[in-house]
Amino acid sequence: MASTPDHTDNYHYVSKKRRTREDRRFITGKGKFVADVKHSGMLHVALVSSPHPRANIRSIDVSAALALPGVHYVLTGDELSVATSPLYHGLDIPNVRWFPLAVGMTRYAGEWVTAVVADSRYVAEDAAELVLVEYEALPAAVDTEHVMDEDAPLVHPDHGSNVLFHDTFVWGPVEDDFAAADHTLSYRARWARSSTVPIETFGVSARWDEAHEILDVWASIQMPNYPEQIAGALGIPLNGVRVHNDVDVGGSYGVKRGIKHTVLVGYLCRKLGRPVRVIEDRLDNMAGGDAHGPDRIFDVELAFDGDGTWKSMRFRAIDDVGAYPGRAPLQLGKPITALCGPYRVNSISYEAMSVLSNKTGQVPVRGFGQAPTNFMTETGIEHIAAFLGMDRIEIRRRNMIESHQFPWTIPTGTSYDSGDYHAVVDKAMDLAGYDELVARREAIRAKGGLAGIGFATCIEPGGGNNIFERLLNEKLNITTFSEACQIRIDAQGAITAIMGTTTSGQGHETLVSTIAGEELERDPNLIRVVHSDSIESLPTRSPVASRMAIMLGGSASGAARKLRASMIRIAAHNLGVSIDEIEYDGGDVWVRSDPERKLTWEGICFIAHRQFHNMPDGMEPGLQATDVLQVPAGGVMPDENNRVQMYPCYSFQAHIPFVEIDPGTGKVTIHQYALAHDCGTVINPDIVRGMIIGGAAHGIGAALYEKFEYSEDGQLLAGSFVDYLLPSAHEIPEIRDVEHCTPSPRTSLGQKGSGEGGYLGAPAAIASAVNDALSPLGTRMDELPLRLKDIEAVIHNAKTANTTEPAA
Amino acid sequence: MTKTEIKFTINGRSHVGEAPPRMTLVDYLRDELNLTGTHAGCEHGVCGACTIRFDGEPVRACLMFAVQADGHDVSTVEGLVNEDGSLSVLQDSFWETHAMQCGYCTPGMLMTASALLDENPGPSTEEIRDAISGNLCRCTGYQQIVEAIELAAKRTGERD
Repeated sequence: MASTPDHTDNYHYVSKKRRTREDRRFITGKGKFVADVKHSGMLHVALVSSPHPRANIRSIDVSAALALPGVHYVLTGDELSVATSPLYHGLDIPNVRWFPLAVGMTRYAGEWVTAVVADSRYVAEDAAELVLVEYEALPAAVDTEHVMDEDAPLVHPDHGSNVLFHDTFVWGPVEDDFAAADHTLSYRARWARSSTVPIETFGVSARWDEAHEILDVWASIQMPNYPEQIAGALGIPLNGVRVHNDVDVGGSYGVKRGIKHTVLVGYLCRKLGRPVRVIEDRLDNMAGGDAHGPDRIFDVELAFDGDGTWKSMRFRAIDDVGAYPGRAPLQLGKPITALCGPYRVNSISYEAMSVLSNKTGQVPVRGFGQAPTNFMTETGIEHIAAFLGMDRIEIRRRNMIESHQFPWTIPTGTSYDSGDYHAVVDKAMDLAGYDELVARREAIRAKGGLAGIGFATCIEPGGGNNIFERLLNEKLNITTFSEACQIRIDAQGAITAIMGTTTSGQGHETLVSTIAGEELERDPNLIRVVHSDSIESLPTRSPVASRMAIMLGGSASGAARKLRASMIRIAAHNLGVSIDEIEYDGGDVWVRSDPERKLTWEGICFIAHRQFHNMPDGMEPGLQATDVLQVPAGGVMPDENNRVQMYPCYSFQAHIPFVEIDPGTGKVTIHQYALAHDCGTVINPDIVRGMIIGGAAHGIGAALYEKFEYSEDGQLLAGSFVDYLLPSAHEIPEIRDVEHCTPSPRTSLGQKGSGEGGYLGAPAAIASAVNDALSPLGTRMDELPLRLKDIEAVIHNAKTANTTEPAA
Repeated sequence: MTKTEIKFTINGRSHVGEAPPRMTLVDYLRDELNLTGTHAGCEHGVCGACTIRFDGEPVRACLMFAVQADGHDVSTVEGLVNEDGSLSVLQDSFWETHAMQCGYCTPGMLMTASALLDENPGPSTEEIRDAISGNLCRCTGYQQIVEAIELAAKRTGERD
């Protein structure tokens, strides 16, 4: 679809600078986070964690803990595993059993062994220190590359192997393309175990309502199918689990999936007849929360011609999911939807391998596997450029899908909806002042310094869908990932929109009110948006997968359009004309040929609610509409060649950071960061800008600082913010952005996703910049994070090699 | 556990209460005074989510005991609004630039920024970044927060 720069001019509210609906409560300290929700008689949990990466539990003595005044209960895995069903895994791995507390064996240092319940957290922590656990320490499987060795300790002995999933997918003539290509090359790219690490840890409180037989849950949650999994584990009907979706979630970016915490307190509150809550402390969160991210080794071969045409790729990804996989291994699946990025690669072979280790469990992280994968592909095209001695940007341009080629289908069977990649790259280069950057880099180099310009693109799939899960687990044959919105207009004309999921910073209330206001031509600031609880709500899949602008926004459009049609129909009936003769403007309606014949918004609302005798035949009283949206372009299972249309929408970004490296210390300073983005029609510019800049900052962290480091014997070495480094306002530079708009033909207003792209592009862009800076030394680094000490070592080694070379 | 009587000023009002000696100030504010705008993030003094002002200085409420507040002046995000309940210039500037997403770090960020502007009403961009570098935000990448503080300084006429 051609870019229409002016198309948003027609909107009243969409794409316009408008204050958000959410911020007022946060700036006054009136957010309602899970730790702010208090219940009468609430009990508090402290956790006893395993000090061993792998050990048999010989015995647990809880008597001293129980004897402490104020302690109500001490729960062990033996009791809990009998009373509940195992937690859900995405793969079909029945012998990998996961419970909130260790059963018989601990599988990572930090795994929860017992839960102590007391009147206060202080007393619970005191009692936790009195729980005596006798362990038989065992050797652990730690090094990702060796956990599949025959003699490696087994994380789940009943599974018989540390390999959870291993399959190879081939799309297109890979062998032929490799044979015909002028050149091939290979490389390894490494993405470290990091995560999103929100400032609010995970927390949940639960209360059993015996009179109604309902489990009430308040949680800092962002998770599809959360009520279903609670119901399944606890053996409660789904309509007996009420998740309160009006809890503000203090950041998530994918990871707030505390199902084990929830089952734990869900069980305890029924058992004890009192509300129970667990709020992770920071160590609980980082060591025991099962919230680590992908940990991947990519071994890649590329086939290409002398003119830079990238023909084929063949690669293996090993992903270390830790001890309890949950849904995490499916993160090997989603990248299939954009496996070759914005490039016209003809064929792909993908060997995907998910392995267990004695480390904290992995969880979905922003992009669901796409950030490591994009780092891998963007690293690859830089290798091709270096091999051929071509400019890194020129080679990308030669391979990018052209704007007239959309919809473009990549080898895996997914078609991209729209885009104008060259235009976005042009804007990024203009914003960066590319030629001046080159001059600046050369000036620094001329003085013996190390400076580099980074460049990376990324495709951001948006809209979500489960269909790819089928490729990793043939028992999963799910073809929808729907979202819904209900809008009601009351007898006085006020509008209320109802969504059915939590929000963790994405601004859904602003999204829904802006779109509903646009469609109905009513002031969004007067539209109330509420979060219904899970029993009341329409089908929802939570705000994951860059999907809410597309799916919740689309259903808000759908519901509002139905209401607009109803109002026109009521007005036409009362004005005695057909609906074709009606003009709708700002909610008031008149006869086009005779504007004096008019009904106001309030008048129509009154008729709908109070004057049934004035309603057209067949209409129900009131003004309410529901829209449940199927994923656009979705709904079809993979074909026999594993080709499948996954996500509906594909956003695009180009990032250009400029860095300087201190040759003595290896310290990277980002002097400048420019990026251009195209996520179709922007609903709220401030929100999109924040998402993109914040995502890029998150990616800078993954590129330079963040890693859950483990010792060789399996101890987590980064369990606090002193060791796990989140970037501050010192490390994150001013990030400047420029927008481009290629509307999606698949969505209600042309919108696409924007929540993940910054995080997908920045790691590759920073790596590109660092490697450009290191290039005069004849060395490069393809292993993230690019930490100061590692860069310093590489510089030192390169210089040593260079000075000793002449003598050799 | 025995409790100790404490008297201090909270958001301009005098308060008398009692706290166990080991209770942290952040827990006291949240659980005893129901001032839940102050958030616990790391509880080891790094993230800054619990930042309050203590005799005017921005400090970590997770690293203090409640009993240490005895005789001092404490203010929290709930005390930032003007006397008539309207938003302060700083709060309004955070809203105007959308200087937050999830809102969890926001109260701490506001308290740090308010201390900065009291001491240095016309800070440079570099001084703003320096001042908030002890407050971690995982959502925004800091850009719109910096812009909010710049805007607040401009609105009070102390910065061009």
